[in-house]
Amino acid sequence: MTDCKPIEACNLTKCYGDFGAVKGVNFEVSRGECVALLGPNGAGKTTTIRMLTCFSPITDGLIRVFGHDVSEHPRSVKSMMGICPQEDNLDPDFTVQKNLLVFARYFGIEKSIAASRVDQLLEKVGLTEKADSSIIELSGGMKRRLMIARALLNEPRLLVLDEPTTGLDPQARQLVWQLVRRMSQEGVTVLLSTHYMEEASQLTDRVIVMDEGKILLEGEPEKLVQTEVGREVVELWNMPGEVLDFFRQEKWPMEQIEGRLYIYDRVGGEVAGAIISRFPEQERQIRQATLEDVFLRRTGRVLRD
Amino acid sequence: MQTAKLSNISFRALHVWRRNGEVLLTTWYTNLLPPLMEPVLYVFAFGFGIGGLVEDFSFQSQEISYLQFVAPGVVAVAVMFWSFFETTYSSFVRMYYQRTFDAMIATSLLVEDVIAGELLWGATKAFVAGTIMLCMLTLFELPVWPSAFWVLPVAAIGGLLFSSVGIIVTALSPKIEAFNLPVFLLIFPMFLFSGTFFPLGQLPAWANQLAHILPLTHVCALIRGAFLNLTPRDLGVHVIYLLFVTMALCWLAIRLMHRRLVK
Repeated sequence: MTDCKPIEACNLTKCYGDFGAVKGVNFEVSRGECVALLGPNGAGKTTTIRMLTCFSPITDGLIRVFGHDVSEHPRSVKSMMGICPQEDNLDPDFTVQKNLLVFARYFGIEKSIAASRVDQLLEKVGLTEKADSSIIELSGGMKRRLMIARALLNEPRLLVLDEPTTGLDPQARQLVWQLVRRMSQEGVTVLLSTHYMEEASQLTDRVIVMDEGKILLEGEPEKLVQTEVGREVVELWNMPGEVLDFFRQEKWPMEQIEGRLYIYDRVGGEVAGAIISRFPEQERQIRQATLEDVFLRRTGRVLRD
Repeated sequence: MQTAKLSNISFRALHVWRRNGEVLLTTWYTNLLPPLMEPVLYVFAFGFGIGGLVEDFSFQSQEISYLQFVAPGVVAVAVMFWSFFETTYSSFVRMYYQRTFDAMIATSLLVEDVIAGELLWGATKAFVAGTIMLCMLTLFELPVWPSAFWVLPVAAIGGLLFSSVGIIVTALSPKIEAFNLPVFLLIFPMFLFSGTFFPLGQLPAWANQLAHILPLTHVCALIRGAFLNLTPRDLGVHVIYLLFVTMALCWLAIRLMHRRLVK
């Protein structure tokens, strides 16, 4: 039991009628890891999470959480897991504190234990002063933090967050990141989905990039960028034919999307040097390669939100 | 396709029930006022208003006042309204707008627990409303005690029946506006043609037979029998209908709502 992986997904498949939302996906998450499911809308991230969290029946394949098949033992699986869905679903009829107390009851947590745990969690997410406030009075960022506090009530060994920062302002996003980092440091295994590449590389040990219901690639964010793209990316626009011709003859891999040229430089400085010396007038941007470029390179498409 | 399992219903359904109860208690005054005041208004309207026009009224060959006839009908209507509207409009808000069901399912609760809790809660509201109305009508010396105690179990089971009808409607409604149709086609005819405000014998034979399909007819007959201490002629039929239809609708409600929630 103790050496069972937090998540094992084998040939995981979900079909809605003829449409395959998730098409035979395999992945594992190890104890203590913080992993991101990354990809554009419609990639199958949320569907994967919904199957993992027992919200949606699995069409084919299976998922085990700490060795328990989610289809067979949804109650015990959910009691080990903290789930924070994409949309806030706090109870507007209750105060902040009461929201957590009622939720603790759903888990069957004893009243006195629940009360002290609620206080600790409110402290942890910085909402102690809002304990008696109504949900309507909270900002978007506060609601998110309360959602995460709620997902921690049952002291989960696995925390699952579906797009935890979508729609938050930068400051609120930072606070959520801090929280997730802290949970991860405390030894909780974390799986989160996001379509922010930056979030994935900031927060996680490993990313699983999904596209059109399949896993495109997976690995440590930095290594992925290094092996798939390299160090530097040079973006050019409004380029005359001679610039295009020049780079077509050169060895560097590139991608052209809607009049914009992306040239990938594994070593760094080479492409930039060539541009500056040969076409000093060319409009350009020279920047570090990111996970975004990995996606672009692999699919030939810009990530769409 | 996964279907609902009745064996998935556990005691945890009571957590759902309790949550709804606690929400009600935060605004108890707006919730308790209607069942307290409704009977008084009805007594004035039917007792002094219409009652004055109706003379020599007899029911099951007993001379009673029109007000005595209509008072248990009013209780039966309240049982239907309080449970049906709870599991349609209120449940829909919880399910769709507040996503309360989703929040609950992220815990040890299963979908079946949540649906069972909602059904139980709707029945409870009907039971409480029926009880309060019975007490209020007692102030006007209308129910016959102790026979009127039998109103309470009928209100509870009838409440479960109409809660199930409500959940079925909710499960099948894409939008909250869609409730207008079943309210107009089902609830409103029941309100008028279930022996609530006049004896069904007044209707043409075909309409009378049609009325006997409607659940409120049977709930109303049982409540009136208990309320006036006059055993209904078809007591067995009413009881069997009530129990059987309640169980069938409960099962259907859980099945359809499960299909709606689990995708």
